[in-house]
Amino acid sequence: MESLISTITVLILLTAFIFIMQDRIQNMINTFVGQSILLATATFLQALKTDEIEFYISAILTITLKSILIPYLLRHMVRKLNIRHKVATIKYPFLLLIGAAALVLFCYHLIIPTKTLSWTETNNVIAIAMAIMLLGMLILITHRKAISHIIGFMSMENGIFLAALLATNGMPMAVELGIAFDVLIAAVLFGVFFFHLRHSIDSLDVDRLNLLREDIE
Amino acid sequence: MIAFYLILLLPLLGALLMLIVGGLKISGYCNIIITAINFIASIFVTSYFLHHGPFTAFGQQFYVDAFNILMILLTTFTTMTTAIFSNTYMWHNVEINRISRKYLLFYHFMYQLFTLVVLIALTTNNLGILWVAMEGATLATVLLVSMYHTKEAIEAAWKYFILSIVGIALALFGTILVYFSATQTLPQVDTRILWSVLVQHANNFDPAIIKLAFIFLLIGYGTKIGLVPLHNWLPDAYSESPAPVTVLLSGLLSNVALYALIRFKILVDIALNNHLTGNLFIGFGLLSFIVAAVLLQRQRDIKRLFSYSSIEHIGLIIVAFGIGGPTATFVGLFYMLIHSLAKSAVFMIVGNVIQQTGTKTLEKIRGLIKSQPELGWGLIIATLVIAAMPPFGIFTSELMLFITCIKFSPFLAIILVIGLIIVLAGFLSNIQPVVYGDPTKIIQTRTCVLPAFLHLGLIFVFGIYIPATLHNLLQEAVKVVI
Repeated sequence: MESLISTITVLILLTAFIFIMQDRIQNMINTFVGQSILLATATFLQALKTDEIEFYISAILTITLKSILIPYLLRHMVRKLNIRHKVATIKYPFLLLIGAAALVLFCYHLIIPTKTLSWTETNNVIAIAMAIMLLGMLILITHRKAISHIIGFMSMENGIFLAALLATNGMPMAVELGIAFDVLIAAVLFGVFFFHLRHSIDSLDVDRLNLLREDIE
Repeated sequence: MIAFYLILLLPLLGALLMLIVGGLKISGYCNIIITAINFIASIFVTSYFLHHGPFTAFGQQFYVDAFNILMILLTTFTTMTTAIFSNTYMWHNVEINRISRKYLLFYHFMYQLFTLVVLIALTTNNLGILWVAMEGATLATVLLVSMYHTKEAIEAAWKYFILSIVGIALALFGTILVYFSATQTLPQVDTRILWSVLVQHANNFDPAIIKLAFIFLLIGYGTKIGLVPLHNWLPDAYSESPAPVTVLLSGLLSNVALYALIRFKILVDIALNNHLTGNLFIGFGLLSFIVAAVLLQRQRDIKRLFSYSSIEHIGLIIVAFGIGGPTATFVGLFYMLIHSLAKSAVFMIVGNVIQQTGTKTLEKIRGLIKSQPELGWGLIIATLVIAAMPPFGIFTSELMLFITCIKFSPFLAIILVIGLIIVLAGFLSNIQPVVYGDPTKIIQTRTCVLPAFLHLGLIFVFGIYIPATLHNLLQEAVKVVI
């Protein structure tokens, strides 16, 4: 069971790498669905292992929210805004990939010097979760379209969720529900913004948001 | 105790009420009444606290000590005065068709919801709920920032949204790392996320994990506070949002984020038993202070000018908490309160000025003291307050900070003085022509300067005399923080 969960965490890390190289919005949403299903599976396995009812609820919550509801909202927006074509070209994809790999190494480097010094499964999980989170940030930094930003953010959230799930045996239920609710609201707000952006700059390319800056001559 | 539950229940009921009456003229008055009752309730909570000391409520889920009682008082007071100000301001916007009635409803609903989440963040004992409430406060204000639907407003709101949610996601990771250390040392599942429990066992935590957690928390909540170099969203969001929203963001939200960070700093200081957090605070604080002092010089937009002043003051507050020790912490807490009052007063007056002149550009606003005496005087007094001139409260806190700095490190004190002179010069050169000079044409509208003058009056009083009760509370809060 332990090794199965480990495998799944590594697969989730892999999906984070796929996001970075992806330039089509449809594929990104599909990958996100995959990532969320993997996350839900990990939660379910954890539930089987510990036999705690909270994990079952958490798994159901993840499946409904992250692999059904949010992707549905995203697809709906994509259809409505008519942006199924290419998202953006990514500059220097291979450099980006090397950078991402370096980020993973860096996360392991940060986690190693803990008090116990013994290499445990938990340290591994925290390093991977941190890597998934930082890779999500990398998506936010390198992709220029607003719609990839939502995927980046959700991927970050998934990494954090994984850390909470496997390293700490889950946050208390009230907190978890609160987080899930906030994520849902954030997703809806993203949707509102897509329409605002489309209306004001006629594009979802955030590079065009350049009215407000300090002009330092 | 009933009063304590009331301060959380009232905004919730208020939000529901606003769904019904939010778009009508009466809603502004409802807003004032609800927030005023809430302020009275918070006074009762304070008196309960003064008699009984720190207490928990709802099965330890809420925890009130001297530190957050100060913040609760400040929050309920500022939401009340802002409600008075926003009543006139927002109704004028409806009259000139700048916003629709539907948006007025949305605004009032979010106003109450924002009050609710901020009060939850301030009173909760559960570090996870603290995060949920902070994120909630961000999400509640995002669409208020973009309320005017101009290109600039949408850009500002987008920046605010993205930077805040990413920052705050990092803070969640930090919170989880803290919780992770707790799971390794504390057996009880239910209570190990509660701050009051963690603070007793923090010395057993794994220092390496806690250190990492604090970095994430500092970046995360630091984004919300507006520390340089994570401040990018702040001038944009402050300058593009409607004036009452700016007041809420600058007066309350940054304070709450700072409150959250300091709660964690207390834990981390116990766990690490060194001056790491203090040094990080001093470093980021000084950087924010200097960068803001320089950028403030060349602003052309009156609201951006004062936004940079927010960054500058928050920087100094962080420095005060970073130095640590009883005196500096006292200064930090006092400064937090005074700055919040002062900044809300400033943005209320500036909001009135913008409504009267129809522009935010400094060059186009001239001679306020002749055309609008009360606004002119208000603006000049508020500027003197915010530029730390005596005899107002900010001067007092900066003087105390200066004295503690000399003891801590004379070099720091020198930077402080130079920076403050630069800030003063920036303010006077920018605001002096706005107030004096030949008047420009103005639009005659109703103004609402009473709440701003109330704030300025309080700052004046606190500048020369701190009432015994407040002094006691501050002393108690100092004991909590160090």
